[in-house]
Amino acid sequence: MRDEWYPVGLFSQLDRNGRNTVLMGEPITVALDAEGAATVTSGSGRALPVRVRYGHVWSSLGNPRKELFAIPEADQPGRRFVDVGVVRVRCSPLRAVENFLDIAHFPFVHTDILGAEPHTEVEEYKVEIRKDEDEVWATQVKFYQPQAAKSANGGITTEYMYRVPAPTCSVLYKTCPPRPGEWDVITLFVQPLAEDLCDVWPWMALFDDATPMADLIHFQQTIFLQDRSILENQIPRLLPLDPGMEIPTRADLTSVAYRRWLKRHNYTYGAQLVAQ
Amino acid sequence: MKLYDYVLSPSCYKVRLMAALIGVKLEIRPVDFHPGAEHLGPELMALNPAGSIPILEDGDLILTESTAMLAYLAAKAAPEWLGSGAPEETARIQQWLSFSHRLTASLGGARLHEMLLRPGDIAALQAQGIAALRELEAGLVEQGLRGMRFLASDRPTIADIACFPYVALAPDGGILLDPYPAIRLWSRAIRGLDDFIEMPGIHRLHELNPEPQIEPGAA
Repeated sequence: MRDEWYPVGLFSQLDRNGRNTVLMGEPITVALDAEGAATVTSGSGRALPVRVRYGHVWSSLGNPRKELFAIPEADQPGRRFVDVGVVRVRCSPLRAVENFLDIAHFPFVHTDILGAEPHTEVEEYKVEIRKDEDEVWATQVKFYQPQAAKSANGGITTEYMYRVPAPTCSVLYKTCPPRPGEWDVITLFVQPLAEDLCDVWPWMALFDDATPMADLIHFQQTIFLQDRSILENQIPRLLPLDPGMEIPTRADLTSVAYRRWLKRHNYTYGAQLVAQ
Repeated sequence: MKLYDYVLSPSCYKVRLMAALIGVKLEIRPVDFHPGAEHLGPELMALNPAGSIPILEDGDLILTESTAMLAYLAAKAAPEWLGSGAPEETARIQQWLSFSHRLTASLGGARLHEMLLRPGDIAALQAQGIAALRELEAGLVEQGLRGMRFLASDRPTIADIACFPYVALAPDGGILLDPYPAIRLWSRAIRGLDDFIEMPGIHRLHELNPEPQIEPGAA
C-alpha cells in the first residue's frame, strides 16, 4: 500500500516554502526546488519519488513498482484542465472513491443536477476487472440527468464509464454535451491522511470553451460538497471488504467489483475486513 | 444587481437565499475563491479592500457586508423582512444581525479549517461556535415561549437569514447540531419557506407523503 502513487498537492499552487501535509500518517513536505521542479520530502528528511501529472504532484512512501496510471485524454489537444482544489473529508479514502462510483444516489443527493425523482432507476450496466490493465471498469452506464454538466442545456440521458486505475483514484468518462463522440474526463484523486481522513483532489479535462473557469470549479465543488456531508456520516467509517455488514443491490455492481479488487490486492488501508 | 459569489460561501448564500425568497433576480459573477484566491486579486481588491466576498453591486452602490445586502434587498423588494418597526422587534433584529458575525468567525472558521484546510485554532473555534449555538438555542426557546417561531418575530426577518447558513453548516466544521432541538425546528421552518433554495451541505426538506386518511372507527 505504501508503494502506490498518491496525490499530494496541486502543482500550480506549489512554492519554494513548501506545503506541509500528511500521507498515511506520515508528515511530508511538498515544495518547489530552485529549478522549479516539485520535491516531496518525508518527515525524516528522505526524498520521496515524485511525478507531476494531471495538474497534481504525486508521491509514494515506498517504491512504486508500477508507473503512475495513464489518462491518454490528458494529452488530447483542445481540452481544458480544471484544478478543482482540495477538500478535506472525515471519511475513509476508500469510501470517497466508492461514493464517486455510485450512480443511484444522484436523484437524492444531487437533486435537479445529476438526477431527479422519479428518474431513479439505474439501468443494467457492465462491470469487469480488466486483467491486462488490472483496473476496475464499469461501462454502458446510463442515467437521466437534469443538468449533466455546466455545458448542458436541460435534461439529457448521460452515458458514463467508470475506471479505478489505483486504489484511491477514479476516472469518470461522461457524455460531452458540446462534442458528441468525445468523453469529458472527471477524476477523483484521493490523498489518504489516515484510515478515516482524506484530502480529495478532483480534477477535470473537458471540452468546453464557453464556460468561465470559475463556473466549472463551482459546478464540481457543488457536486462534491453535496457528497461530503453524506460521506462524513457513513457507518462503519471504514469500507467493509467482507460481506455481512452491508447488502448490495444490482446498482452497486461497481462497488462490489471495487471491493473485490481491493481485497484481491490486499489493499486494506481504510478498509474493514471482518464484519463487526 | 450583480453578486460576486462563491458557491460554497455561507455569506454569499445568505444573499442568494434572501433574493430567492423575495423574488429578486441576481446576476451571479462566480469568483474562484478556492483554489484560485481570486478574491485577493487586483480586480476584486479594487472593489473591496477587505478582500472578502460577497460583494453586491447595484449601479453606484457597492456593498461588502452581507448584513447590509440583506437589508438592501428587503428594503427594495419586501420590507416586511425588516420587521414591523416595534421597538423590541427592531432591537432583536439588530441584536441577532450583530450576533451573526460571531457565527461567521467561530462556526465559519471551524468549517474553513476542517474543509478547505485554512489555518486556525480548531479547538478554540469549535468552543466559540458551541457557545454561540447555545446562546442561539436559548434565544429560540425564549421566542417559543413568546409564541414566536423565528428569531425576532413570528415571521422570518433578515436576522433569521443572517444566522441560518453558518448554523446549518456547523457539522462541516465538526460541530453536531443534535443537542439543539429549538435550532433544528427553526432550521426546518426556514427550509420550509416558499421559494427556499439550497446550497451544498444544506438540503431541502423532502416532500412528505400525505397523511393516510383513516376513517373514524375503521381501525
